[in-house]
Amino acid sequence: MSSDEIVKNLRGIWARAYVRIIGVNREPSWLIFELFFPLLPICAFAFVYKSMNAPTDYLGFVILGGAMTAIWMNVLWGMAAQFFWERESGNLTLYMLCPMSTMAVLIGMAFGSAFSTFFRVIITFLIGKFLFGVTLHVASYFWLFVTFILTIAAVFSLGMMMASFFLIYGRDAWNILTVFMEPVFFMSGFYFPVKTLGYPLGALASLIPITLGLDSMRQLAFALGPETAFLPVKTEVAILVVLTVVYLAGAKYLLNKLEYLGRREGRLTLRWQ
Amino acid sequence: MAIAIKTNDLSRTFSDDGEKKGGLFWALRDVNIEIPDGMIFGLLGPNGAGKTTLIKILSTLLLPSAGEALVAGYNVDNEYDKIRPVINMVSGGENCGYGILTVAENLWMFTQFYGIPTKPAMKRIKELLEIMNLTEKADTKINKLSTGMRQKMNFIRGFVTDPKILFLDEPTLGLDVNAARETRKFVMNWVKTAEEPKTVILTTHYMQEADEMCDRLAIIDHGKILAEDTPRSLKKQESGGISYNITVGYKDFDAEGLRKIPGVASFAHSVLDEQGMIEMVFILQTDAALAKIIEKINSDGFSINNIQKTEFTLEDAFIKLVGRRLSNGESDAR
Repeated sequence: MSSDEIVKNLRGIWARAYVRIIGVNREPSWLIFELFFPLLPICAFAFVYKSMNAPTDYLGFVILGGAMTAIWMNVLWGMAAQFFWERESGNLTLYMLCPMSTMAVLIGMAFGSAFSTFFRVIITFLIGKFLFGVTLHVASYFWLFVTFILTIAAVFSLGMMMASFFLIYGRDAWNILTVFMEPVFFMSGFYFPVKTLGYPLGALASLIPITLGLDSMRQLAFALGPETAFLPVKTEVAILVVLTVVYLAGAKYLLNKLEYLGRREGRLTLRWQ
Repeated sequence: MAIAIKTNDLSRTFSDDGEKKGGLFWALRDVNIEIPDGMIFGLLGPNGAGKTTLIKILSTLLLPSAGEALVAGYNVDNEYDKIRPVINMVSGGENCGYGILTVAENLWMFTQFYGIPTKPAMKRIKELLEIMNLTEKADTKINKLSTGMRQKMNFIRGFVTDPKILFLDEPTLGLDVNAARETRKFVMNWVKTAEEPKTVILTTHYMQEADEMCDRLAIIDHGKILAEDTPRSLKKQESGGISYNITVGYKDFDAEGLRKIPGVASFAHSVLDEQGMIEMVFILQTDAALAKIIEKINSDGFSINNIQKTEFTLEDAFIKLVGRRLSNGESDAR
């Protein structure tokens, strides 16, 4: 790729990310949907642990898991399903028509979403921490930050791959989204340590990067974290790196493939005359 | 003069999932056109004629099933990366962009996809907003715009990247009469005054628009090009007859029976729902056939509301070639 091409794609990435970084924050509804609503299940689970007199670190597990649901929701509805809306509005046609890579659009969408949710997760976590008086015992701020960023990177890479699938499934993708929502909330251990599920189920759940990310962050942020660890932090970090690379490569492969199929069969942009 | 677009036996089929499962529907069949640089080329045809399919192929969004299409000298099949930087497209009734961004932001976003640096992009956006009388809406979110204003924004999006070849698919759809007139003027001026040759491929339902704007026209139906020439030559070539426009004040009048009257070279009709009338366009070999038509209408118990001898128009040429009107019940006079 020439330097001109790189600059063109970088401009495209920034322009598409701009919609999510600047535009989305203009709508105050995000405060309700992405801040207030995630706090409700957090409170419900926190009250259950409280009534059982569980150690406060368990409240911390729930608050961290609940805050991270914003990422998964964003990946499902803001990334995976987005291309369906782009096709309906006609934007997808224009993306395919312009000289930048369609992958730049996906990266821009992912980067914009990741940037926005990064702050939302932190704000939700801090509110929960304040409400329930949770104390952090951070083993390493560096590794905590690394796992957080890697989790976001891996999850949004998965979202990019899912977006490509959704290009061919259209409206049927809605059912797939539902399948991916509640079972993933359960299996990824958003509200409890994933170790509880046992290794076979935990390993399966690890295909969703948020499972390993949450487990690592709990190990690094809370005193009881290492006791409930599914895998050592360094192993989980290594797997997250691998998942990021695999999902990114998968997204690129699928997007190229589906773009070609779309041009051949006229399914991506052609609304039958 | 260099060639902007050239097709050789271009065909496109879609699988037919309807009654004949496994069958093929030919959206385009053996299309051969050659469009030189620096002209406005019109594609006229009824719905489903293949206009949009042709534009989608030429704009690299759809692959041909057979044949070849070259745009700016490059093959749409495998050189689309060289074609995309020099083309753009505007479709009527587009709903593109993001409602949460302003008009200027949306336009800026699309320029970035073409790698245009922000400063010159914003300068060009400002100029085009002025030309299209949209400056005061530059900072308005596009979900607050009327349909017409949104179409103007889409129109600007097509020109802001300064393409060499521009595809306009029903571009004045949704615009009021004045805005449509301004838009046509702008396109013609853009082609005429450009330093480098600019080519426009236009599809439209409005005959007057095609007649006024296009240097050359192709009439397309059932995926085939039926005729291709300048609007003037098309009218001249097909004008072997006298054109009459007759309106009957009953929309349930059986007009088809008139087709068989001797001396009727070509005939088309459309129902004007609002007025409760049926409007018929006849191309007659001789004036004598008119008497037989009037006699038949009267003997059927209907009365003629209006009868008018007309100059041979592009629409008459279209009816003669295609066998029906371009639009049913729509007014072409804009």
